[in-house]
Amino acid sequence: MTSLPSARGPKRLGLVIDLDTCVGCHACATNCKEWNTSGHSAPLTDLNAYQAEQRGVWFNRVFTFEAGGQGENARTVHFPKNCLHCEFPDCVTVCPTGASYKRAEDGIVLVDADKCIGCKLCSWACSYGAREYDEDAGVMKKCTLCIDKIYNEKLPEADRVPACVATCPAKARHFGDFNDPESKVSRLTRERGGYDLMPETGYQPTSKYLPPRPGKRTAGASLPREEGGRDSAGKFLRWVDAVLSR
Amino acid sequence: MHPAFSVIFFTTASGAGYGLLALLAIFTLSGLLPATTWLGFVAMAISLGLIGAGLLSSMLHLGHPERFLRALTQWRSSWLAREGVLAIATFVPTGLFGIGWVFLNSTSGMFAWMAALSAVMAAVTVFFTSMIYASLKPIRQWHNGFVPPAYIVLGTMTGALLLVFLARLFGVYSPVFGILGIALLMTGWVLKTAYWRHIDTAPARSTLGTATGLGRLGGDVRLLEMPHTEENFLMREMGYQIARKHASKLRFLVHLLLFAAPLALTTLTFWSAVPPLAAGAASFGAVVLAGLGVATERWLFFAEATHTSMLYYGRTM
Repeated sequence: MTSLPSARGPKRLGLVIDLDTCVGCHACATNCKEWNTSGHSAPLTDLNAYQAEQRGVWFNRVFTFEAGGQGENARTVHFPKNCLHCEFPDCVTVCPTGASYKRAEDGIVLVDADKCIGCKLCSWACSYGAREYDEDAGVMKKCTLCIDKIYNEKLPEADRVPACVATCPAKARHFGDFNDPESKVSRLTRERGGYDLMPETGYQPTSKYLPPRPGKRTAGASLPREEGGRDSAGKFLRWVDAVLSR
Repeated sequence: MHPAFSVIFFTTASGAGYGLLALLAIFTLSGLLPATTWLGFVAMAISLGLIGAGLLSSMLHLGHPERFLRALTQWRSSWLAREGVLAIATFVPTGLFGIGWVFLNSTSGMFAWMAALSAVMAAVTVFFTSMIYASLKPIRQWHNGFVPPAYIVLGTMTGALLLVFLARLFGVYSPVFGILGIALLMTGWVLKTAYWRHIDTAPARSTLGTATGLGRLGGDVRLLEMPHTEENFLMREMGYQIARKHASKLRFLVHLLLFAAPLALTTLTFWSAVPPLAAGAASFGAVVLAGLGVATERWLFFAEATHTSMLYYGRTM
């Protein structure tokens, strides 16, 4: 059913991405590709992988932006982007086949590859560009929030988090239940002013972004300057300078 | 948005086909078109041929065309599914209307009801097609009130030009057809001009500042580094960009081919000195020019559309 679930389940799973600590290393994108190319929506096809014009499916892409002013006032912000598992996603409702769906129990948005006809309309309906078409398989693919990892009882409990979260060396990505006010993601969103991307869509993304903290700018250390060098130089160097300046 | 040939052909051909179908139904009901075999056969063949070819073409761009029946299941939420269901359902009354007209030379009684039903369902199908595009919030050039009326008027308008030509061909022309064509051409022209003014002047709701939320830091947000070095699916599908100067040339071509020339040719035939053969040739010319014009118009409809996901790649909307 591509109508949205009317009764929502107990959980609302999503991510919190901390733009203050993200270092832009692309480890989340790499580990996402690694896990998911053999996971629920496998494979994440790469065409022309070892030549020009490579075309591949990725669920997570890391951008780098400049914001907050010009020149030395500008901040460099690394910005990982993936599916936000919206509360009211049009990518689900536009699907004519029922392949695109939102799970009632935890809010995860998934594609049933066996039902997908590859019309690409869901990717047109997503404001965020979270869906990528697999032209080899002829079906749409997207972030599964590592549904095959977070519920995997064969893994130790600490590892039952999405691959992007598990691998982040800066601990800039957090996973949890937004319906639990005491979960880490709820607390971080509350305390750090977590926000929605493009709130004007009305899709109400579940996952939130934490803004960069206000930067503390100190007067930087400056290189030794040439002025006054003559006075501080020794007698011999002053004589050399005088000779050479003649 | 990438202007895919399959979708351009689908929307223009099926639009003209449904437009012609609705007008055939209306004018057989009103008695302006006689229930004769050959007129019915040719008219229905052109109408159903355009609709059928359009629908088949729309399946060409699918990754799995063999699963198309699945696309009829989600009519509760999806405009695409609604369009598919109605397009197929319309073949039932239209088939009966055509059988009555062509084989039984009857467009009255039950067949009149089928004709009326065909006209209504044809119009609603084109409306549903337009809503596939008009419902997409990330694309401001589509998500506006001009798109559904433009689809309906351009479909009926191209259908009316076909009707004028067919009526000339079979010697059953009535000035009503010509007047209707002129009225639709003028309405379409006004609508399309207003549409272009709207997309040129309406401010974009989303910016890179809202897309990243970094607008809150003050100042503008600029792309510093791309996430990848090669074009991905998103950039190929949503990132199609047309230079402003090319767009204005093509818009001029649409004004000329789709509206001005057919309007002149259709109006010309009201001059009594025009011999029937020349009037027939003019109506054929109007069909050909409008066909080229509507294809250009639909190509632009895609090429000028911008998608908010491209904000992240440094584009403006």
